[in-house]
Amino acid sequence: MRPEIFDEPVLLWLGPVPITPTMLTSLATTATLLVVFGVVARAVVHHPAGRLAAVGRLTHGFIRGLVTEVVGRPAPGLEIFAGSLFLFIAGAALLGQLPGLAAPTANLGAASALAVLVFLAVPVVGIRSRGPLGYLRHYLRPNPLLFPLHVISEVSRTLALALRLFGNMMSGHLVVGLIVALVGLIVPIPLMLLDLLIGLLQAYIFTILSSVYIGAAIQVGQGVENE
Amino acid sequence: MSEHAILALGSIVMAGLTMAIGAVGAAFGESRIGAAGMDALARQPDESGSITRTQFVALAMVESTAIFCLVIALVLLFANPFVTGG
Repeated sequence: MRPEIFDEPVLLWLGPVPITPTMLTSLATTATLLVVFGVVARAVVHHPAGRLAAVGRLTHGFIRGLVTEVVGRPAPGLEIFAGSLFLFIAGAALLGQLPGLAAPTANLGAASALAVLVFLAVPVVGIRSRGPLGYLRHYLRPNPLLFPLHVISEVSRTLALALRLFGNMMSGHLVVGLIVALVGLIVPIPLMLLDLLIGLLQAYIFTILSSVYIGAAIQVGQGVENE
Repeated sequence: MSEHAILALGSIVMAGLTMAIGAVGAAFGESRIGAAGMDALARQPDESGSITRTQFVALAMVESTAIFCLVIALVLLFANPFVTGG
């Protein structure tokens, strides 16, 4: 048995660009989220008392509470970023439960792309809230000798973020696959439930950790007037 | 034994050892988190929501060390650059 864990088949070539199943499933996740939350947003505007509007308000309240708790004050830009991450990863985990499909985040490339987004967002937010010099100065504090450690910590936490998401999503499918190959029908169901729980939990954790990293970059600029 | 066989044998043994030792560490850490969480729940039942939430986050973060070991074990087994042909 040689399961496809680190590489995956190419479905078709679009000119020089290979189209893989991960690209299709992440596109499907994005499109589903856009349609669902487009409908929800319309309902919030037009039928504020309806159930769909309640879904929208609850989702927004959940993400706002999470970000506010981590940062210490409301941060609307970070709410959008963290909320998108949460909804995408949770939507991907739910999509991965459909028969025949794997979650796009169970691919190392897709998980790394999300982690790299967080990695890039940290200096952007830091420079925006403190200015380039003010942001770069925090690398030299409390002591210029610690500069390599700052850089290593930024890279290694990005690596950990990517590997944690990829490993959790991939291992759930792997375990279910092994149990199906060994025993068959009813036994894998609890493990599939665990896989679903872990997928949603990983979405929460990815969101919290990226909020902590970006929130730390915002708090470097506390005391400075910023948006 | 050929060089290829030695490398393959070493990879398989190390994959098992990686998973075994890594799982011991994560299991020990998770047991301590569980014990501390139950202790906190018994002391302050009113804070159960907050305690459970932070406990789940801590559990998942500790568990990710075991997941890193799993990834390394899978690299050794299925994506080993030194054993050609897997």
